[in-house]
Amino acid sequence: MSDKNHPEKQASGLTRADIIRPENLVYQKPELMNDVNMHYCPGCSHGVVHKLIAEVIEEMGMADKTIGISPVGCAVFAYRYLDIDWQEAAHGRAPALATACKRLWPDRLVFTYQGDGDLACIGTAETLHALNRGENITIIFINNAIYGMTGGQMAPTTLLGMKTSTCPYGRDPKLHGFPLKITELAAQLEGTAYVTRQSVHNVAAIRKAKKAIRHAFENSMQGKGSNLVEIVSTCSSGWKMSPIKANQWMEEHMLEFYHLGDLKDKD
Amino acid sequence: MSKMKGAVVVNTDRCKGCGLCVVACPTHTLALTTNEVNHRGYTYCREVADTCIGCSSCAIVCPDACITVYRTKAEDR
Repeated sequence: MSDKNHPEKQASGLTRADIIRPENLVYQKPELMNDVNMHYCPGCSHGVVHKLIAEVIEEMGMADKTIGISPVGCAVFAYRYLDIDWQEAAHGRAPALATACKRLWPDRLVFTYQGDGDLACIGTAETLHALNRGENITIIFINNAIYGMTGGQMAPTTLLGMKTSTCPYGRDPKLHGFPLKITELAAQLEGTAYVTRQSVHNVAAIRKAKKAIRHAFENSMQGKGSNLVEIVSTCSSGWKMSPIKANQWMEEHMLEFYHLGDLKDKD
Repeated sequence: MSKMKGAVVVNTDRCKGCGLCVVACPTHTLALTTNEVNHRGYTYCREVADTCIGCSSCAIVCPDACITVYRTKAEDR
């Protein structure tokens, strides 16, 4: 980085070079995250969640023993960004593939990473049945209320009145039905151990989301049952907003309907 | 009382100029470029003041993991 715009001598008497030393390092890109540039749009929540997953796996020391199942959707290329083992599932079928992986290799940490179109629409059956069977897997569910990759179409999770490319006048319950709260459904199932809803729009929320992911991963390794971590996310391109505006919109509208917090935590 | 002083190093090639770090920074240390872009055509963030306290907020919210944060105690003055 160029120091052109940065005064050489700081007010405290420390130069920039004094501060930038390995022993002063407090935050850097997780080692499990590859150097390849991610294809996500600027400000996309996917990047933050990828980072959290990489950090949690690193902290758990499971880098060589983790299998991620990447879905169809924007996260289809997740296998390029995190340096762990990955499988690519057919649309919506990630929980089924995760079930197979976990049953064949019970000592592996198996998680799926799915969007709301993949999990709450096309793969509803696989998702609910895998959760109900109590498979020792974790499902990371990224809910941005639209189909982000294919151009912002209406998804089952789209809010009432929300405009998308396939409901340009807003979602109308008479015509399109009501938004689906899949996390509330999952909390009713006997097989689930930990069901939570988090978001990643600010620092506090990101720290909480990281703890939730860690708890879910630990549960699945201890054989407590299936775990669902919903992350309420933004899709600035699909919502046609700037990333900053999208975060504000999410806080005002999405969180009003999708309440954050743990829905179920079975000990 | 000693104060914390920090510095950030931005991987400007990786940055997509989303601006989330600029909003997250409590000390207004970061800003996006206005007339420069990186090799992929994005504006990018950089330090514009020496007010960094090394809190890592910018790096935590960065979706592309572009920011490395350093922090040390400054001497009493």
